[in-house]
Amino acid sequence: MNQTRSIPDQIREFLAETGRLAAFAGRFFRELFRAPYEFREFVRQCYQMGNRSLVLVLVTGFIIGLVLTLQTRPTLIEFGAESWMPDMVGISIVREIGPVIIALICAGRIASGIGAELGSMRVTEQIDAMEVSGTNPFNYLVVTRIMATTLMLPLLVIFGDFIALGGSALVENLKGGMSFTLYFNKVIEALSYGDFIPATVKSFFFGFVIGLVGCYKGYNCQKGTAGVGKAANTAVVTASLLVFFVDFMAVFIADIFYDL
Amino acid sequence: MEPKTAHKAPESGQQERKVVISIRDLTKSFGENHVLRGFNLTLHEGENLVVMGKSGSGKSVMIKCLVGLMEPDTGTVEVLGQDIATLEQADLDQLRSDIGFLFQGSALYDSMTVRENLEFPMRRHREKLGNVKDTLPLVMEALENVGLAHTMDLMPAELSGGMKRRVALARTLILKPKLILYDEPTSGLDPITSKEIIELMREIQHKYGTSSLIITHDVDCARVISERILLLVDGVNYAEGSYRELSGSQDPKIEAFFKK
Repeated sequence: MNQTRSIPDQIREFLAETGRLAAFAGRFFRELFRAPYEFREFVRQCYQMGNRSLVLVLVTGFIIGLVLTLQTRPTLIEFGAESWMPDMVGISIVREIGPVIIALICAGRIASGIGAELGSMRVTEQIDAMEVSGTNPFNYLVVTRIMATTLMLPLLVIFGDFIALGGSALVENLKGGMSFTLYFNKVIEALSYGDFIPATVKSFFFGFVIGLVGCYKGYNCQKGTAGVGKAANTAVVTASLLVFFVDFMAVFIADIFYDL
Repeated sequence: MEPKTAHKAPESGQQERKVVISIRDLTKSFGENHVLRGFNLTLHEGENLVVMGKSGSGKSVMIKCLVGLMEPDTGTVEVLGQDIATLEQADLDQLRSDIGFLFQGSALYDSMTVRENLEFPMRRHREKLGNVKDTLPLVMEALENVGLAHTMDLMPAELSGGMKRRVALARTLILKPKLILYDEPTSGLDPITSKEIIELMREIQHKYGTSSLIITHDVDCARVISERILLLVDGVNYAEGSYRELSGSQDPKIEAFFKK
């Protein structure tokens, strides 16, 4: 059977899906301010997403810092600019590489996890059972998860940035003999609020889109167990693309305010 | 061939009993698939009504329209004297606290213990239970009713299929419903466990005096538990009567249901 759809059909489906995602986000904001507030579940989700992503972020952050310094070092030595290493690595990690890489790692881990979890709850009628019991499943399952990702991702990014700088400092210490104190002093000198604030603000938006997409795909999962796999998969792909889109928008806006 | 009503149940004796569910001319389609095509049903207080039909005949769709999980295309659905379509969300949630729903796959929340599963419906309906502070006695009572008091701290994954069904039944009882809807209560269970579940359903009906609407294609279940059986064929009522009346019918379509 030929299942290839025409380009106009694909565009129509893309726009319809975008509209549904926007409506889902709208519902999130309406429910966010509506009692009852599921505080315990929110804390539990923060723990699940934050604490359990910590090791992944630690390893990734350390390797980013290590590799970036190792790759850049020969070029800087060639131009006699080795002492600029902390400035360059600090700015690039805090402004761009740290938030984006950690958001992508979290899109893979958290968005797929939420998509699969809510998807399996949908196909096994657990969400229906919540609704029938008179509990608002959207409030309990979706609002808590999106809030948790929105608040936890900036913390993970700050933690990841710090570890990445630690990795970079280690290379500088081993290869160039620079002390850790000097390295971090130079990083702090090089960074301004214009580097740190936009990066932290955009991390909230990264967290929001990761939670939103994961919840949207899982909550609206259909077609049995195959649908659960599809929900998890499309959640990662869509969340990753949206991370880049948010990053582009954030850099564009930050450029206006901070004259990057 | 247009489906027809082959048998009509004697109305005498039912007329004095209060009507708890009234469905009139219910239709529901999914694209070109017309699942329900003018279905009618009346359930009286304290009655056990079994709805039988082939897979895909619209039984589950009908029961989901009853609790507002699906919206019918046309027709009216009244439960405990209230028209589902006209209710605000808060009123619908309140009404749902008087309806127990046993899902086909049990639909236990797999991230919660048995105790948390039973406590979950109480979160929004504490006032109905007299604003109890300690929910443990209510949980224990519901679990004792199904003979599973010892499973309170277990996770659903640690229970057998029959135990899951019993816990799900305990969860439907926790809010002391006036009406219980059973969606294929014995599907996927071995004959011995099926008999235990059927016996449990009878005990609950006697103990709590609930009205029951049971959707099944298990003839033994229908024989033991039904006061009245309604056959659903091609989305409309095909026949209605007691087990004895229908099992003795010469109509080939009716015979097909009761043939062993």
